[in-house]
Amino acid sequence: MNYWPLAGIAIVVLGFALRFNPLLVVVSAALATGVLAGLDLLAVIEALGKAFNDNRYISVTWIILPVIGLLERYGLQQRARAVIEGMRGATMGKLLVAYLAFRQIASALGMKDIGGHPQAVRPLVAPMAEAAAMKTHGDLDEAARDEVKAMAAATDNVGLFFGEDIFFAIASILLIQGVFEAAGYPLTPLELSVWAIPTAICAFLIHAGRILAFDRRLGRAGK
Amino acid sequence: MITYEWLYVLAGAAFAVWAALSAKDGRWGNAALWALLSASFLLGSHLSDMANGVLVLALVAIAGLGGLKRSDPLTTSPQERQAHAESLGNRLFLPALVVPLTAVAGTLLYNYTPFGETGLFEARRETLILFGIGVLAALAGAMLWLRPPLLAPAEEGRRLIDSIGWAAILPQMLAALGAVFALAGVGEIIGGIAGGIIPEGSVFLTVVVFALGMAGFTMIMGNAFAAFPVVAAAIGIPLLIETYDGNPAVIGAVGMLAGFCGTLLTPMAANFNIVPAALLELKDQNAVIRQQVGTAVPLLVCNIVIIYVGAFWLWN
Repeated sequence: MNYWPLAGIAIVVLGFALRFNPLLVVVSAALATGVLAGLDLLAVIEALGKAFNDNRYISVTWIILPVIGLLERYGLQQRARAVIEGMRGATMGKLLVAYLAFRQIASALGMKDIGGHPQAVRPLVAPMAEAAAMKTHGDLDEAARDEVKAMAAATDNVGLFFGEDIFFAIASILLIQGVFEAAGYPLTPLELSVWAIPTAICAFLIHAGRILAFDRRLGRAGK
Repeated sequence: MITYEWLYVLAGAAFAVWAALSAKDGRWGNAALWALLSASFLLGSHLSDMANGVLVLALVAIAGLGGLKRSDPLTTSPQERQAHAESLGNRLFLPALVVPLTAVAGTLLYNYTPFGETGLFEARRETLILFGIGVLAALAGAMLWLRPPLLAPAEEGRRLIDSIGWAAILPQMLAALGAVFALAGVGEIIGGIAGGIIPEGSVFLTVVVFALGMAGFTMIMGNAFAAFPVVAAAIGIPLLIETYDGNPAVIGAVGMLAGFCGTLLTPMAANFNIVPAALLELKDQNAVIRQQVGTAVPLLVCNIVIIYVGAFWLWN
Protein backbone atom coordinates (compact mmCIF):
# COMPACT_ATOMS: atom_id res chain seq x y z
CA MET A 1 0.00 0.00 0.00
CA ASN A 2 1.15 3.55 -0.79
CA TYR A 3 1.41 5.44 2.50
CA TRP A 4 2.69 8.67 0.92
CA PRO A 5 -0.69 10.47 0.83
CA LEU A 6 -0.43 10.64 4.64
CA ALA A 7 2.24 13.33 4.13
CA GLY A 8 -0.69 15.72 3.65
CA ILE A 9 -1.68 15.23 7.30
CA ALA A 10 1.92 15.84 8.35
CA ILE A 11 1.89 19.09 6.34
CA VAL A 12 -1.25 20.26 8.15
CA VAL A 13 0.23 19.44 11.57
CA LEU A 14 3.62 21.03 10.82
CA GLY A 15 2.19 24.04 9.01
CA PHE A 16 -0.16 24.84 11.89
CA ALA A 17 2.62 24.31 14.44
CA LEU A 18 4.93 26.67 12.55
CA ARG A 19 2.13 29.25 12.35
CA PHE A 20 1.98 29.57 8.58
CA ASN A 21 -1.27 31.03 7.25
CA PRO A 22 -3.78 28.16 7.70
CA LEU A 23 -5.33 28.63 4.24
CA LEU A 24 -1.87 28.25 2.70
CA VAL A 25 -1.25 25.15 4.81
CA VAL A 26 -4.56 23.54 3.88
CA VAL A 27 -4.17 24.08 0.14
CA SER A 28 -0.54 22.88 0.18
CA ALA A 29 -1.67 19.76 2.03
CA ALA A 30 -4.45 19.15 -0.50
CA LEU A 31 -2.10 19.50 -3.50
CA ALA A 32 0.62 17.34 -1.92
CA THR A 33 -1.83 14.62 -0.91
CA GLY A 34 -3.31 14.39 -4.39
CA VAL A 35 0.03 14.32 -6.16
CA LEU A 36 1.51 11.74 -3.75
CA ALA A 37 -1.54 9.55 -4.34
CA GLY A 38 -0.47 9.46 -7.99
CA LEU A 39 -2.90 12.03 -9.38
CA ASP A 40 -1.90 14.62 -11.95
CA LEU A 41 -1.33 18.12 -10.44
CA LEU A 42 -3.89 19.72 -12.76
CA ALA A 43 -6.43 17.04 -11.82
CA VAL A 44 -5.85 17.82 -8.14
CA ILE A 45 -6.42 21.55 -8.74
CA GLU A 46 -9.65 20.65 -10.56
CA ALA A 47 -10.74 18.41 -7.69
CA LEU A 48 -9.96 21.16 -5.18
CA GLY A 49 -11.88 23.73 -7.25
CA LYS A 50 -14.89 21.44 -7.54
CA ALA A 51 -14.87 20.61 -3.82
CA PHE A 52 -14.52 24.28 -2.83
CA ASN A 53 -17.40 25.16 -5.15
CA ASP A 54 -19.60 22.31 -3.85
CA ASN A 55 -19.08 23.53 -0.27
CA ARG A 56 -19.98 27.19 -0.80
CA TYR A 57 -22.98 26.87 1.47
CA ILE A 58 -20.63 26.70 4.46
CA SER A 59 -19.61 30.34 3.90
CA VAL A 60 -23.17 31.51 3.20
CA THR A 61 -23.64 31.97 6.96
CA TRP A 62 -21.68 35.26 6.85
CA ILE A 63 -24.74 36.99 5.40
CA ILE A 64 -25.85 37.38 9.03
CA LEU A 65 -23.03 39.87 9.70
CA PRO A 66 -24.93 43.00 8.55
CA VAL A 67 -27.69 42.19 11.07
CA ILE A 68 -25.25 41.63 13.95
CA GLY A 69 -23.15 44.65 12.95
CA LEU A 70 -26.22 46.86 12.78
CA LEU A 71 -27.34 45.75 16.25
CA GLU A 72 -23.82 46.41 17.56
CA ARG A 73 -24.08 49.91 16.14
CA TYR A 74 -27.07 50.38 18.44
CA GLY A 75 -25.37 48.93 21.51
CA LEU A 76 -25.86 45.12 21.38
CA GLN A 77 -22.51 44.54 23.14
CA GLN A 78 -23.30 47.23 25.74
CA ARG A 79 -26.69 45.62 26.36
CA ALA A 80 -25.04 42.21 26.82
CA ARG A 81 -22.67 43.84 29.33
CA ALA A 82 -25.64 45.18 31.25
CA VAL A 83 -27.14 41.68 31.40
CA ILE A 84 -23.85 40.26 32.71
CA GLU A 85 -23.51 43.11 35.23
CA GLY A 86 -27.02 42.28 36.45
CA MET A 87 -25.60 38.99 37.74
CA ARG A 88 -23.55 40.95 40.30
CA GLY A 89 -24.11 40.49 44.00
CA ALA A 90 -24.18 36.73 43.89
CA THR A 91 -21.38 34.45 45.05
CA MET A 92 -18.56 33.66 42.61
CA GLY A 93 -20.03 30.21 42.05
CA LYS A 94 -23.53 31.46 41.24
CA LEU A 95 -22.16 34.26 39.05
CA LEU A 96 -20.05 31.94 36.89
CA VAL A 97 -22.81 29.33 36.61
CA ALA A 98 -25.21 32.08 35.46
CA TYR A 99 -22.63 33.30 32.95
CA LEU A 100 -22.12 29.73 31.70
CA ALA A 101 -25.86 29.39 31.07
CA PHE A 102 -26.06 32.82 29.42
CA ARG A 103 -23.09 32.05 27.13
CA GLN A 104 -24.46 28.63 26.14
CA ILE A 105 -27.96 29.92 25.40
CA ALA A 106 -26.78 32.99 23.46
CA SER A 107 -24.41 30.81 21.37
CA ALA A 108 -27.15 28.25 20.74
CA LEU A 109 -29.29 31.08 19.34
CA GLY A 110 -26.53 32.20 16.99
CA MET A 111 -25.14 35.07 19.09
CA LYS A 112 -21.71 33.62 19.73
CA ASP A 113 -19.98 36.99 19.72
CA ILE A 114 -21.86 38.10 22.82
CA GLY A 115 -19.19 37.22 25.34
CA GLY A 116 -15.61 36.35 24.50
CA HIS A 117 -12.33 37.08 26.26
CA PRO A 118 -11.51 40.65 25.17
CA GLN A 119 -15.16 41.85 25.11
CA ALA A 120 -16.59 40.24 28.24
CA VAL A 121 -14.18 38.15 30.33
CA ARG A 122 -11.41 40.70 30.89
CA PRO A 123 -13.55 43.78 31.49
CA LEU A 124 -16.50 42.13 33.27
CA VAL A 125 -16.67 38.46 34.16
CA ALA A 126 -13.18 38.00 35.62
CA PRO A 127 -13.21 41.16 37.80
CA MET A 128 -16.76 40.42 38.97
CA ALA A 129 -15.85 36.82 39.84
CA GLU A 130 -12.76 38.00 41.69
CA ALA A 131 -14.73 40.61 43.65
CA ALA A 132 -17.47 38.10 44.53
CA ALA A 133 -14.91 35.53 45.71
CA MET A 134 -13.16 38.12 47.92
CA LYS A 135 -16.51 39.21 49.34
CA THR A 136 -17.43 35.69 50.45
CA HIS A 137 -14.03 34.28 51.32
CA GLY A 138 -12.09 37.34 52.48
CA ASP A 139 -8.67 38.24 51.16
CA LEU A 140 -7.29 35.67 48.72
CA ASP A 141 -3.63 35.30 47.82
CA GLU A 142 -2.49 36.00 44.28
CA ALA A 143 -2.44 32.33 43.27
CA ALA A 144 -6.08 31.90 44.32
CA ARG A 145 -7.11 35.11 42.56
CA ASP A 146 -5.39 33.87 39.38
CA GLU A 147 -7.32 30.61 39.69
CA VAL A 148 -10.61 32.52 39.91
CA LYS A 149 -9.78 34.57 36.82
CA ALA A 150 -8.66 31.48 34.91
CA MET A 151 -11.94 29.77 35.86
CA ALA A 152 -13.83 32.77 34.43
CA ALA A 153 -11.97 32.39 31.11
CA ALA A 154 -12.51 28.63 31.12
CA THR A 155 -16.24 29.17 31.70
CA ASP A 156 -16.44 31.41 28.64
CA ASN A 157 -14.76 28.73 26.48
CA VAL A 158 -16.94 25.88 27.76
CA GLY A 159 -20.11 27.95 27.28
CA LEU A 160 -19.19 28.86 23.72
CA PHE A 161 -17.93 25.46 22.55
CA PHE A 162 -20.86 23.48 23.91
CA GLY A 163 -23.55 25.97 22.95
CA GLU A 164 -22.65 27.07 19.44
CA ASP A 165 -23.22 23.74 17.70
CA ILE A 166 -26.89 23.77 18.70
CA PHE A 167 -27.18 26.66 16.24
CA PHE A 168 -27.40 24.92 12.86
CA ALA A 169 -26.10 27.73 10.64
CA ILE A 170 -22.59 27.62 12.00
CA ALA A 171 -19.40 26.68 10.21
CA SER A 172 -18.68 23.55 12.27
CA ILE A 173 -22.11 22.02 11.59
CA LEU A 174 -21.96 22.85 7.89
CA LEU A 175 -18.40 21.50 7.71
CA ILE A 176 -19.64 18.18 9.10
CA GLN A 177 -22.44 18.26 6.53
CA GLY A 178 -19.95 18.99 3.74
CA VAL A 179 -17.53 16.20 4.68
CA PHE A 180 -20.34 13.65 5.05
CA GLU A 181 -22.09 14.70 1.86
CA ALA A 182 -18.83 14.31 -0.10
CA ALA A 183 -18.57 10.79 1.34
CA GLY A 184 -22.11 9.94 0.19
CA TYR A 185 -24.05 10.59 3.43
CA PRO A 186 -26.36 13.58 2.92
CA LEU A 187 -27.55 15.09 6.22
CA THR A 188 -29.45 18.25 7.12
CA PRO A 189 -28.04 20.89 9.51
CA LEU A 190 -30.85 20.36 12.04
CA GLU A 191 -30.30 16.58 12.13
CA LEU A 192 -26.74 17.35 13.20
CA SER A 193 -27.37 20.25 15.55
CA VAL A 194 -29.96 18.44 17.72
CA TRP A 195 -27.21 15.96 18.55
CA ALA A 196 -25.22 18.81 20.11
CA ILE A 197 -27.88 19.09 22.84
CA PRO A 198 -26.97 16.03 24.98
CA THR A 199 -23.32 17.12 25.12
CA ALA A 200 -24.38 20.70 25.92
CA ILE A 201 -26.37 19.45 28.91
CA CYS A 202 -23.46 17.28 30.11
CA ALA A 203 -21.07 20.22 29.70
CA PHE A 204 -23.33 22.46 31.77
CA LEU A 205 -23.72 19.90 34.56
CA ILE A 206 -20.03 19.01 34.72
CA HIS A 207 -18.69 22.54 34.51
CA ALA A 208 -21.30 24.09 36.83
CA GLY A 209 -20.57 21.35 39.36
CA ARG A 210 -16.86 22.09 39.14
CA ILE A 211 -17.41 25.85 39.56
CA LEU A 212 -19.47 25.32 42.71
CA ALA A 213 -16.95 22.83 44.09
CA PHE A 214 -14.17 25.33 43.39
CA ASP A 215 -16.08 28.03 45.28
CA ARG A 216 -16.47 25.69 48.28
CA ARG A 217 -12.78 24.73 48.13
CA LEU A 218 -11.79 28.43 48.20
CA GLY A 219 -13.97 28.86 51.26
CA ARG A 220 -12.24 26.01 53.09
CA ALA A 221 -8.78 27.29 52.13
CA GLY A 222 -9.68 30.81 53.32
CA LYS A 223 -10.72 29.71 56.80
CA MET B 1 -38.40 26.17 -6.30
CA ILE B 2 -35.93 28.02 -4.07
CA THR B 3 -32.50 26.37 -4.19
CA TYR B 4 -29.05 27.03 -2.77
CA GLU B 5 -28.35 29.06 -5.93
CA TRP B 6 -30.60 31.79 -4.51
CA LEU B 7 -28.53 31.87 -1.32
CA TYR B 8 -25.36 32.03 -3.40
CA VAL B 9 -26.69 35.08 -5.25
CA LEU B 10 -27.48 36.71 -1.89
CA ALA B 11 -24.04 35.92 -0.44
CA GLY B 12 -22.37 36.91 -3.72
CA ALA B 13 -24.14 40.27 -3.59
CA ALA B 14 -23.08 40.82 0.05
CA PHE B 15 -19.43 40.07 -0.73
CA ALA B 16 -19.59 42.25 -3.88
CA VAL B 17 -20.78 45.19 -1.76
CA TRP B 18 -17.98 44.53 0.78
CA ALA B 19 -15.47 44.39 -2.09
CA ALA B 20 -16.72 47.71 -3.50
CA LEU B 21 -16.64 49.43 -0.09
CA SER B 22 -13.13 48.06 0.56
CA ALA B 23 -11.95 49.41 -2.81
CA LYS B 24 -13.47 52.80 -2.04
CA ASP B 25 -11.59 52.69 1.27
CA GLY B 26 -8.30 51.92 -0.53
CA ARG B 27 -7.95 48.45 1.05
CA TRP B 28 -7.06 46.62 -2.15
CA GLY B 29 -6.19 43.27 -0.59
CA ASN B 30 -9.58 43.07 1.10
CA ALA B 31 -11.32 44.26 -2.07
CA ALA B 32 -9.61 41.59 -4.18
CA LEU B 33 -10.35 38.77 -1.71
CA TRP B 34 -14.02 39.61 -1.25
CA ALA B 35 -14.43 40.18 -5.02
CA LEU B 36 -13.03 36.71 -5.74
CA LEU B 37 -15.30 35.17 -3.14
CA SER B 38 -18.24 37.05 -4.63
CA ALA B 39 -17.29 35.70 -8.07
CA SER B 40 -17.20 32.19 -6.60
CA PHE B 41 -20.73 32.60 -5.24
CA LEU B 42 -22.21 34.26 -8.33
CA LEU B 43 -20.41 32.37 -11.11
CA GLY B 44 -19.07 29.21 -9.45
CA SER B 45 -21.84 26.98 -10.79
CA HIS B 46 -21.07 28.06 -14.36
CA LEU B 47 -17.27 27.93 -14.20
CA SER B 48 -15.22 24.83 -15.05
CA ASP B 49 -13.59 22.88 -12.21
CA MET B 50 -10.24 24.21 -13.42
CA ALA B 51 -11.41 27.84 -13.26
CA ASN B 52 -12.76 27.24 -9.74
CA GLY B 53 -9.43 25.64 -8.80
CA VAL B 54 -7.49 28.66 -10.06
CA LEU B 55 -9.90 30.89 -8.12
CA VAL B 56 -9.08 28.94 -4.93
CA LEU B 57 -5.35 29.33 -5.54
CA ALA B 58 -5.80 33.08 -6.09
CA LEU B 59 -7.86 33.43 -2.87
CA VAL B 60 -5.19 31.61 -0.91
CA ALA B 61 -2.37 33.63 -2.48
CA ILE B 62 -3.99 36.92 -1.40
CA ALA B 63 -4.78 35.68 2.11
CA GLY B 64 -1.47 33.82 2.53
CA LEU B 65 0.59 36.86 1.56
CA GLY B 66 -1.11 38.94 4.24
CA GLY B 67 -3.20 41.03 1.86
CA LEU B 68 -6.03 41.41 4.36
CA LYS B 69 -6.30 44.26 6.83
CA ARG B 70 -8.83 45.18 9.48
CA SER B 71 -11.05 48.12 8.61
CA ASP B 72 -12.66 50.87 10.66
CA PRO B 73 -15.72 52.14 8.80
CA LEU B 74 -17.53 55.12 10.29
CA THR B 75 -19.78 53.89 13.10
CA THR B 76 -21.33 55.09 16.36
CA SER B 77 -19.16 56.12 19.32
CA PRO B 78 -19.08 54.03 22.52
CA GLN B 79 -21.07 56.79 24.28
CA GLU B 80 -23.79 56.73 21.61
CA ARG B 81 -23.92 52.94 21.82
CA GLN B 82 -24.29 53.08 25.59
CA ALA B 83 -27.14 55.58 25.25
CA HIS B 84 -28.89 53.48 22.59
CA ALA B 85 -28.42 50.31 24.66
CA GLU B 86 -30.07 51.99 27.65
CA SER B 87 -33.05 53.34 25.71
CA LEU B 88 -33.61 50.22 23.56
CA GLY B 89 -33.07 47.68 26.35
CA ASN B 90 -33.40 43.96 25.79
CA ARG B 91 -35.44 44.54 22.64
CA LEU B 92 -32.02 44.80 20.95
CA PHE B 93 -31.78 41.00 21.09
CA LEU B 94 -35.04 40.52 19.19
CA PRO B 95 -33.82 41.00 15.59
CA ALA B 96 -31.02 38.50 16.28
CA LEU B 97 -33.63 36.01 17.54
CA VAL B 98 -35.71 36.36 14.39
CA VAL B 99 -33.07 34.43 12.45
CA PRO B 100 -33.00 31.12 14.38
CA LEU B 101 -36.77 31.33 15.02
CA THR B 102 -37.56 31.69 11.32
CA ALA B 103 -35.25 28.83 10.43
CA VAL B 104 -36.32 26.37 13.13
CA ALA B 105 -40.06 27.14 13.06
CA GLY B 106 -40.01 27.22 9.26
CA THR B 107 -38.24 23.88 9.04
CA LEU B 108 -40.72 22.25 11.42
CA LEU B 109 -43.68 23.69 9.51
CA TYR B 110 -42.19 22.62 6.21
CA ASN B 111 -41.60 19.06 7.35
CA TYR B 112 -44.71 18.43 9.44
CA THR B 113 -47.51 20.38 7.78
CA PRO B 114 -48.99 20.46 4.24
CA PHE B 115 -46.78 23.51 3.65
CA GLY B 116 -44.07 21.00 2.69
CA GLU B 117 -46.14 19.64 -0.16
CA THR B 118 -45.80 22.95 -1.98
CA GLY B 119 -42.24 21.92 -2.82
CA LEU B 120 -41.20 25.54 -2.32
CA PHE B 121 -37.67 24.63 -1.20
CA GLU B 122 -35.05 22.28 -2.61
CA ALA B 123 -35.16 18.97 -0.70
CA ARG B 124 -33.04 18.84 2.50
CA ARG B 125 -31.98 22.47 1.92
CA GLU B 126 -34.91 24.17 3.65
CA THR B 127 -33.16 25.07 6.93
CA LEU B 128 -30.32 27.05 5.41
CA ILE B 129 -32.65 28.68 2.88
CA LEU B 130 -34.96 29.67 5.75
CA PHE B 131 -31.90 31.00 7.58
CA GLY B 132 -31.35 33.30 4.57
CA ILE B 133 -34.99 34.39 4.67
CA GLY B 134 -34.67 34.99 8.43
CA VAL B 135 -31.62 37.18 7.86
CA LEU B 136 -33.50 39.27 5.29
CA ALA B 137 -36.50 39.59 7.62
CA ALA B 138 -34.31 40.56 10.59
CA LEU B 139 -32.44 43.10 8.48
CA ALA B 140 -35.64 44.65 7.11
CA GLY B 141 -37.16 44.77 10.60
CA ALA B 142 -34.06 46.34 12.15
CA MET B 143 -33.82 48.91 9.35
CA LEU B 144 -37.47 49.97 9.81
CA TRP B 145 -37.14 50.04 13.59
CA LEU B 146 -33.76 51.73 14.02
CA ARG B 147 -33.72 53.86 10.83
CA PRO B 148 -29.93 53.90 10.38
CA PRO B 149 -28.24 55.39 7.29
CA LEU B 150 -28.91 53.20 4.25
CA LEU B 151 -25.31 51.98 3.97
CA ALA B 152 -24.96 51.24 7.71
CA PRO B 153 -25.64 47.46 7.57
CA ALA B 154 -23.16 47.05 4.69
CA GLU B 155 -20.45 49.04 6.50
CA GLU B 156 -21.06 47.33 9.86
CA GLY B 157 -20.98 43.96 8.10
CA ARG B 158 -17.68 44.92 6.46
CA ARG B 159 -16.21 45.87 9.84
CA LEU B 160 -17.05 42.37 11.11
CA ILE B 161 -16.00 40.38 8.01
CA ASP B 162 -12.68 42.26 7.88
CA SER B 163 -12.05 41.45 11.54
CA ILE B 164 -12.70 37.77 10.79
CA GLY B 165 -10.48 37.98 7.71
CA TRP B 166 -9.14 34.84 6.05
CA ALA B 167 -10.66 32.69 8.82
CA ALA B 168 -14.02 33.30 7.12
CA ILE B 169 -13.22 30.78 4.38
CA LEU B 170 -11.17 28.31 6.43
CA PRO B 171 -14.08 25.91 7.16
CA GLN B 172 -15.05 25.79 3.47
CA MET B 173 -11.41 25.19 2.55
CA LEU B 174 -11.13 22.38 5.13
CA ALA B 175 -14.22 20.71 3.69
CA ALA B 176 -12.53 20.88 0.28
CA LEU B 177 -9.40 19.32 1.84
CA GLY B 178 -11.61 16.52 3.15
CA ALA B 179 -12.85 15.87 -0.38
CA VAL B 180 -9.28 15.71 -1.74
CA PHE B 181 -8.32 13.36 1.12
CA ALA B 182 -11.24 11.14 0.15
CA LEU B 183 -10.14 11.17 -3.51
CA ALA B 184 -6.56 10.30 -2.56
CA GLY B 185 -7.76 7.41 -0.40
CA VAL B 186 -6.36 8.82 2.87
CA GLY B 187 -9.31 7.36 4.77
CA GLU B 188 -8.68 3.85 3.48
CA ILE B 189 -4.98 4.06 4.37
CA ILE B 190 -5.54 5.19 7.97
CA GLY B 191 -8.63 3.04 8.27
CA GLY B 192 -6.41 0.10 7.29
CA ILE B 193 -3.85 0.99 9.95
CA ALA B 194 -6.54 1.65 12.58
CA GLY B 195 -8.35 -1.54 11.62
CA GLY B 196 -5.14 -3.45 12.39
CA ILE B 197 -4.96 -1.93 15.87
CA ILE B 198 -8.62 -2.03 16.91
CA PRO B 199 -9.84 -5.57 17.61
CA GLU B 200 -12.21 -6.54 14.83
CA GLY B 201 -15.89 -6.35 15.67
CA SER B 202 -15.51 -4.14 18.74
CA VAL B 203 -17.85 -1.23 18.09
CA PHE B 204 -17.21 0.30 21.50
CA LEU B 205 -13.42 0.36 21.15
CA THR B 206 -13.77 1.85 17.67
CA VAL B 207 -15.95 4.63 19.13
CA VAL B 208 -13.29 5.22 21.81
CA VAL B 209 -10.50 5.42 19.21
CA PHE B 210 -12.62 7.76 17.06
CA ALA B 211 -13.34 10.17 19.92
CA LEU B 212 -9.76 10.05 21.25
CA GLY B 213 -8.53 10.53 17.69
CA MET B 214 -10.69 13.64 17.28
CA ALA B 215 -9.50 15.05 20.61
CA GLY B 216 -5.87 14.09 19.96
CA PHE B 217 -5.67 15.46 16.41
CA THR B 218 -7.40 18.63 17.62
CA MET B 219 -4.77 19.01 20.34
CA ILE B 220 -1.97 18.64 17.79
CA MET B 221 -3.55 20.95 15.22
CA GLY B 222 -5.13 23.36 17.70
CA ASN B 223 -8.31 23.26 15.65
CA ALA B 224 -11.18 20.76 15.63
CA PHE B 225 -12.22 21.91 12.15
CA ALA B 226 -8.89 20.77 10.73
CA ALA B 227 -8.97 17.47 12.60
CA PHE B 228 -12.51 16.58 11.52
CA PRO B 229 -12.00 15.77 7.80
CA VAL B 230 -8.96 13.65 8.68
CA VAL B 231 -10.50 11.60 11.48
CA ALA B 232 -13.87 11.28 9.72
CA ALA B 233 -12.13 9.92 6.62
CA ALA B 234 -9.96 7.61 8.71
CA ILE B 235 -12.28 6.10 11.29
CA GLY B 236 -15.70 7.78 11.40
CA ILE B 237 -16.88 7.01 7.89
CA PRO B 238 -15.08 3.77 6.91
CA LEU B 239 -15.38 1.99 10.25
CA LEU B 240 -18.20 3.43 12.35
CA ILE B 241 -20.62 4.12 9.49
CA GLU B 242 -19.72 1.69 6.71
CA THR B 243 -18.51 -1.34 8.68
CA TYR B 244 -20.62 -1.02 11.83
CA ASP B 245 -23.65 0.77 10.36
CA GLY B 246 -23.79 3.67 12.87
CA ASN B 247 -25.98 6.77 12.63
CA PRO B 248 -24.00 9.35 10.58
CA ALA B 249 -25.63 12.42 12.23
CA VAL B 250 -24.56 11.37 15.75
CA ILE B 251 -21.08 10.32 14.67
CA GLY B 252 -20.52 13.62 12.85
CA ALA B 253 -22.02 15.99 15.40
CA VAL B 254 -20.68 14.40 18.58
CA GLY B 255 -17.36 13.57 16.91
CA MET B 256 -16.85 17.29 16.35
CA LEU B 257 -17.73 17.96 20.01
CA ALA B 258 -15.15 15.36 21.10
CA GLY B 259 -12.72 17.48 19.13
CA PHE B 260 -13.85 20.57 21.06
CA CYS B 261 -12.84 18.74 24.27
CA GLY B 262 -9.37 18.57 22.73
CA THR B 263 -9.47 22.32 22.05
CA LEU B 264 -9.89 22.91 25.80
CA LEU B 265 -6.68 20.97 26.47
CA THR B 266 -4.13 22.41 24.07
CA PRO B 267 -1.90 25.50 24.06
CA MET B 268 -2.07 25.23 20.24
CA ALA B 269 -5.58 26.76 20.44
CA ALA B 270 -3.95 30.02 21.44
CA ASN B 271 -6.97 32.28 20.92
CA PHE B 272 -9.01 30.40 23.48
CA ASN B 273 -6.37 29.26 25.94
CA ILE B 274 -3.21 31.38 25.80
CA VAL B 275 -4.52 34.81 24.76
CA PRO B 276 -6.97 35.03 27.70
CA ALA B 277 -4.19 34.09 30.14
CA ALA B 278 -2.26 37.05 28.77
CA LEU B 279 -5.33 39.31 28.75
CA LEU B 280 -5.98 38.50 32.40
CA GLU B 281 -2.28 38.89 33.28
CA LEU B 282 -2.06 35.42 34.80
CA LYS B 283 1.38 34.25 36.00
CA ASP B 284 0.98 30.78 34.48
CA GLN B 285 0.23 30.90 30.74
CA ASN B 286 -1.43 27.48 30.99
CA ALA B 287 -3.68 28.51 33.90
CA VAL B 288 -6.83 28.50 31.73
CA ILE B 289 -6.07 25.02 30.38
CA ARG B 290 -5.50 23.77 33.96
CA GLN B 291 -9.01 24.93 34.90
CA GLN B 292 -10.44 23.20 31.80
CA VAL B 293 -8.90 19.73 32.22
CA GLY B 294 -11.43 18.73 34.86
CA THR B 295 -14.30 19.57 32.51
CA ALA B 296 -12.82 18.37 29.22
CA VAL B 297 -11.85 14.85 30.31
CA PRO B 298 -15.21 13.76 31.83
CA LEU B 299 -17.00 15.48 28.93
CA LEU B 300 -14.97 13.44 26.45
CA VAL B 301 -16.14 10.32 28.29
CA CYS B 302 -19.74 11.61 27.99
CA ASN B 303 -19.24 12.10 24.26
CA ILE B 304 -18.00 8.53 23.87
CA VAL B 305 -21.10 7.27 25.68
CA ILE B 306 -23.40 9.54 23.63
CA ILE B 307 -21.92 8.28 20.34
CA TYR B 308 -22.11 4.66 21.46
CA VAL B 309 -25.70 4.93 22.69
CA GLY B 310 -27.03 7.37 20.08
CA ALA B 311 -25.33 6.03 16.99
CA PHE B 312 -25.58 2.29 17.70
CA TRP B 313 -27.98 1.32 20.51
CA LEU B 314 -30.84 3.67 19.64
CA TRP B 315 -30.18 3.45 15.91
CA ASN B 316 -30.21 -0.30 15.34
